[in-house]
Amino acid sequence: MVDLGIIVSEREGWTIAAVSGELDMSSSPALRERLQGLLAHGRPNLVIDLDGVGFIDSTALGVLVGVMRRARAAGGDVRLVCTTPRIAQVLEITRLDQAFATFTSVDGAVEPLGL
Amino acid sequence: MTDRIALDLPARAEFLNLVRSVVTEVAVAMADLPPRRVDDLRLAVTEACANAIDATAKVGLVGGRIGVVCERVDGGVVVEVSDSGPGFDPDALVPHPPVTRPDRLQFERGLGVPLMRALADEVSFGRSAGVTTVRLVIGPEPDRRPARSRSREA
Repeated sequence: MVDLGIIVSEREGWTIAAVSGELDMSSSPALRERLQGLLAHGRPNLVIDLDGVGFIDSTALGVLVGVMRRARAAGGDVRLVCTTPRIAQVLEITRLDQAFATFTSVDGAVEPLGL
Repeated sequence: MTDRIALDLPARAEFLNLVRSVVTEVAVAMADLPPRRVDDLRLAVTEACANAIDATAKVGLVGGRIGVVCERVDGGVVVEVSDSGPGFDPDALVPHPPVTRPDRLQFERGLGVPLMRALADEVSFGRSAGVTTVRLVIGPEPDRRPARSRSREA
């Protein structure tokens, strides 16, 4: 059974996708479809909130990379909200912490950079 | 050989959660691993199983299956994940470009083996009689080397 929830909201010009569940090979197709669907609505600035994610594997990380590539191609960007040490560690091991701008809160993620 | 648990599963992603449940139970109840090591094991085993499922799909095996064998050993847990796919050479994996380069974003796959190597104390790959086996060993003490230097070695 696929364990995936996504709650979508909007703030400060960003679409916020609050993701919950276990992100692995079984939930990745649905994750990709939902996140790419958000970009397709002409709003390429996406905050992916991983606060409710209990588990993430490399397949799901690959989905996030692909979503970021699409967002940037559309002139936008993807920011991650990452509050759990475990997920931060996985991003660090894979060095994707250097590819994504990561924040510890949605409030921080939607602020303009450089302020 | 004591405390050996063997799973024989359809090579489908929907069973990954079940595998994680079993290895978690082995790691906690049988081996008493600390939480961080249990998390390491859960992720490393998930990566190994995802690769096994992919490998099985590559050869178009209808109703293909993978095997997961867990065993408590002195100093930790050994998990062996096996598939009947085409096999691969883990040392032939081409490293991704640095993440700071835009072309890194072309790569959505290939993080599994580096993750396994970063998380497990030992990772080995074997192939015998058409069966590829990944062997993961995780003990109670986290490897103290920084994650980045470990992943560079991978």
